[in-house]
Amino acid sequence: MELLEQDIAGPQEQSAALAVALPAVVETDELAARRSLRDQIAKLERELASAFLAAYPRAHVNWSVPGRGGPRLLGLGELERLRDELADRLRSARAAIAERAEFEERNRVLLERMRLEPGRHKFVRIAAVDVGEYGCGTYSVRPRLGIVGMLMGWWQVKLSSGCPLARGPGRDARGSTIPAP
Amino acid sequence: MTASGTEAEPAAGVVAPDVADEFPALRLRYLELDARPGRSSRGVKHRLKDMSSRFRGPQAVAMRQEPIPWAYRVFYRHIGLDPDADRTPVEEAAVQRLIQGAFRSHNRLDDALLVGLVETGVPIWALDSATVDGKLSIRLTGTAERLGRDARAPALVSGRLVVADERSPLAVLFGDLAPGHGVTSGTTRMTLFTVQVQGVPEIHVEEALYTCVAILTEE
Repeated sequence: MELLEQDIAGPQEQSAALAVALPAVVETDELAARRSLRDQIAKLERELASAFLAAYPRAHVNWSVPGRGGPRLLGLGELERLRDELADRLRSARAAIAERAEFEERNRVLLERMRLEPGRHKFVRIAAVDVGEYGCGTYSVRPRLGIVGMLMGWWQVKLSSGCPLARGPGRDARGSTIPAP
Repeated sequence: MTASGTEAEPAAGVVAPDVADEFPALRLRYLELDARPGRSSRGVKHRLKDMSSRFRGPQAVAMRQEPIPWAYRVFYRHIGLDPDADRTPVEEAAVQRLIQGAFRSHNRLDDALLVGLVETGVPIWALDSATVDGKLSIRLTGTAERLGRDARAPALVSGRLVVADERSPLAVLFGDLAPGHGVTSGTTRMTLFTVQVQGVPEIHVEEALYTCVAILTEE
């Protein structure tokens, strides 16, 4: 009986009460959502840093995700867009790394075949960086003892001596002086 | 807050409530010390030389994976900066080291800030204490505010994160100092301040400040 006599708020009064309570709830939820997005951005930034290291210096990837006119506080929508852009950048970086790894693997297989059967890969050249090595060397199949080896079918894989000197003027194939870098 | 030699305790700056809500771990630390700008001692130059020979390309490439540089990169993202375009201070120092071939000595103040930055990863900025009025804080700019109180002070967009004293903004967060508030040849007292973000341990912040104080107050 007491329950029946209680003053129960009508629909209009209830929505008015909700409207009073809602902003604080929404505010708190948005703050929590922004914090969660910032955590996700931090995680993506760490993964991008790992990808950068894995890709360096061979895979060519655009790492930049444009700023938002900071320093300022970013809203929920801006953080979401930033998170999505970082995720896209990470995805494309990983794809580029995988593509590069596949390219290097193919070249390593080719280099192995060149070593096993140099006669079947005459004058084939592969840059050392294209098999995942550092430096400026080039693997090439060349005849042993020049023209004699070419006539006799004596072929071998040679690795060039590496990077040109960084200092001092050099001479190009025609004998012209190349200025120092 | 007042430094005499290396005995000073860094003071905690105020972080405005609306900023602290978003970044609960953000801290501003600063201290004042009696120091004049001038030429670096031979010992500091030697220290820079040692740092140059310890710091090479591989460290620069791997830097963004280290905890403190990474923490500043993440904070840059959080406040709408692109750390690959506007480099974090420690990454900028690393790039300059690679471009110039060494950590070059400029003057006692710049060298002190550079040594502190490279050894700890924590950036420090210096103001002329005579131009600082009251406690420092991190806050958002209001409407029609200017960067500093100088006649040349540029206007600031509202909602920009700044380091300010009780009268006006003195520096954009991780950006330019206000004209007329930096250290000059006439400075006799300096205010060093640093911004600690989430993931940067307190001990690194103190170490960075004390490294600068030690260099700036050495005889």
